[in-house]
Amino acid sequence: MVEKLAQRFVKIYIMGKEYEVPEGITIMKAVEYAGYQYIRGAGCRGGFCGACATIYRLKGDYRLYTALACQTTVKDGMYLVQIPFSPAEKVRYNIEELKPTGSTVLALYPEIARCVACNACTKACPQELQVMDAIQMIKRGDLSKAAELCFDCISCGLCSIRCPAEIIHYHVFQLVRRLYGKYIAPKAKHLDIRVKEVIEGKFDEELNKLIKMSPAELKKLYDSREIESPEG
Amino acid sequence: MSQKIGYPDYMRDLIKIVEETRDRRLKERYRRLSPDEKNELLKTWHPDYKEGTKRPLKIGPSAGLMVPHEVADLIEAYPLVEPNDIDLSKVDYDVDLLVIGGGGAGTSAAIWANIEGIPSENILIATKLRFGDANTKMAQGGIQAADRPNDSPAIHFIDIMGGGQYTNDPELVMELVKDAPFIIKWLEDLGVMFDKEPDGTMIELSGGGTSRNRMHAAKDYTGLEIMRVLMDEALNRGIRVLEFTPAIELLTDDFGNRITGAVLWNMETKEYYVVRSKAVILATGGYGRLHIQNYPTTNHYGATMDGVVLAYRVGAKLRDLDATQYHPTGAAYPDQILGLLITEKVRSMGAQLVNIDGEQFVYPLETRDAVSAAIIRECYGRDKGVKTPTGVRGVWLDTPMVDMIRGEGATKRYLSSVYRMYARFGIDVTKEPILVFPTLHYMNGGVCINKYAQVLGCNGVIEGFFAAGETTGGVHGKNRLMGNSLLEVTVYGRRAGISAAKYIKSGVGFGKLTLNHVIRFKQELEKLGVPRSRRSPMLLPEYRGEKVLSKAIPIFPI
Repeated sequence: MVEKLAQRFVKIYIMGKEYEVPEGITIMKAVEYAGYQYIRGAGCRGGFCGACATIYRLKGDYRLYTALACQTTVKDGMYLVQIPFSPAEKVRYNIEELKPTGSTVLALYPEIARCVACNACTKACPQELQVMDAIQMIKRGDLSKAAELCFDCISCGLCSIRCPAEIIHYHVFQLVRRLYGKYIAPKAKHLDIRVKEVIEGKFDEELNKLIKMSPAELKKLYDSREIESPEG
Repeated sequence: MSQKIGYPDYMRDLIKIVEETRDRRLKERYRRLSPDEKNELLKTWHPDYKEGTKRPLKIGPSAGLMVPHEVADLIEAYPLVEPNDIDLSKVDYDVDLLVIGGGGAGTSAAIWANIEGIPSENILIATKLRFGDANTKMAQGGIQAADRPNDSPAIHFIDIMGGGQYTNDPELVMELVKDAPFIIKWLEDLGVMFDKEPDGTMIELSGGGTSRNRMHAAKDYTGLEIMRVLMDEALNRGIRVLEFTPAIELLTDDFGNRITGAVLWNMETKEYYVVRSKAVILATGGYGRLHIQNYPTTNHYGATMDGVVLAYRVGAKLRDLDATQYHPTGAAYPDQILGLLITEKVRSMGAQLVNIDGEQFVYPLETRDAVSAAIIRECYGRDKGVKTPTGVRGVWLDTPMVDMIRGEGATKRYLSSVYRMYARFGIDVTKEPILVFPTLHYMNGGVCINKYAQVLGCNGVIEGFFAAGETTGGVHGKNRLMGNSLLEVTVYGRRAGISAAKYIKSGVGFGKLTLNHVIRFKQELEKLGVPRSRRSPMLLPEYRGEKVLSKAIPIFPI
């Protein structure tokens, strides 16, 4: 199961220094191959945490590209640097005291009003989210749509680094999603019923019996249990 | 930006075989394994049963416990620092509660300690990477709770015990299933965006080995969604977090049966900090990055089992570390994402596992240990796997079935992370199947605790010491079910926080700070003749290139 590396090599430039690394590996593995040990800049290594935000340029191409180092293959001539941290203050609030409206978000993060709809955030997003649209939805007061649009955000911060209005998108989005999840999304009524039943001790007798059973007795129950169809 | 890798021609030809059998398979329900068949399959093909991969621990409170060599090498190892080199008379942080680990369990614990009356300024979370960098964030498929009318905590209990081969601690399981609906409710109240029907009913799917559909999810970013909400809540409460500052040793009082703090190490400045605390909660997670038996892993960069190492030195008992969970469906192609998690939810939503002939070979929602063993058998026992250009073997996970069964758009809507990960490499999972092979996923065992999340040593509870999450053992026995790890971190994280708060409020003062337990442990290591070069905790895995390491010289002293 040891990963086999390709035999061909490409040249990359890590913060300007040239290294030869095997073709076809991710930026993250290439940086390690070159001899760097991550302390910052590596987290989940699977595209979920945003720790490995990277910016790069390619030879003969003026554009600045963004990527997650763990999800992007190295290219020959890549000039790259990782941005493992983006400075941003998270506003403190008590979610219990907030109203789920656009003005709540605007009051806590007033800079969203400065959005000029340039779309730099959307272009920078390695998750390919409609970042600018989400900000615009908040300004319109449509938190449901905004929460949906920003759900797959992994807080890498690349949008915020690019934003001329200096919006801290990922903190704004966190607030929006919590407001939606807590106040706007319909409540699960069956959950309340079950929580109450547990508190009232409805299952205690059966469970107290079960925890005293021998493995053989439990096995009998397990092997003969009725299984609901996955389709419901 | 799509990197347009896609499949090579020969794999495309093999995919045609999968397509040819798909219509027939849509109607085909593969037979479940009988209990005897499952037993035989595990014994023959599960990596846990492979000879020569384990050895018994020779020292400490769980001497005799069989563990993988990789685990034993870290447990039977010298400390990173000589106890005498640390000046314990200068305390850097005086707090009521130190939480070691900033993942799902640690963060839940800190929040609940605060709810139970410990002021946030008296709580300190120390974490090795960033706050929230943990396996919790990477959990995709869901979180279990028996909250539908046709389900009950008792049925959930039976599923867990059977899945764990009846080796679980029944009392820990009982508390888990009883707390589960409350925990979902708590998370809903915090603002977690669960997948719901328009009337608010939770959309719940099945998972491997579950007899009811009780998997609550937030698309396939369930863990990320829960983790970021917990982090936000902890920060709103003003709980302090020290990032890139792992614990490298626990501190005990003179007698060694009470935990009184910890030694932390700032990985960036290389200085150590002495923390004096009335209680310590250990929530450091599992061991995927040990790459047991050379398997790739789904785990985050810091999953190096540090907590188990530290807890063992202070006398905590360990259990079930001989049982490693290999998730059946790690990515086997392309190489760039080798071993990364393809959530079980793909199978919950209808995708089947098929071999090179386009035929099913196992019911897709058997327990994880069984599905993994069946895939290994298919590839290495029956030679019915597919080989990638770099020689990795795998079987097909027929992802296009998801939209065919659940309706067009279901994949993009509910499996957006899987869709995205493959799209990045030029593969559209709604049109083409993906190649998978088991990957190291979860540490089933760990530190022994009771239902109050108190850590247990040879003489019962170790005072002032609590633990929760993957670092502990007992809840899952020898095999965890999908959706019970997110549940465990929140249920037992909460329990640890409440228990620690109660302990602190009972009026305990600070204890004396010593490393006497480390000195004693060292003496045992010397008697055993453990090589001096073997040191732990590991903190970070070593992935630097061999060429570089062979020529590296440490000019700057560490």
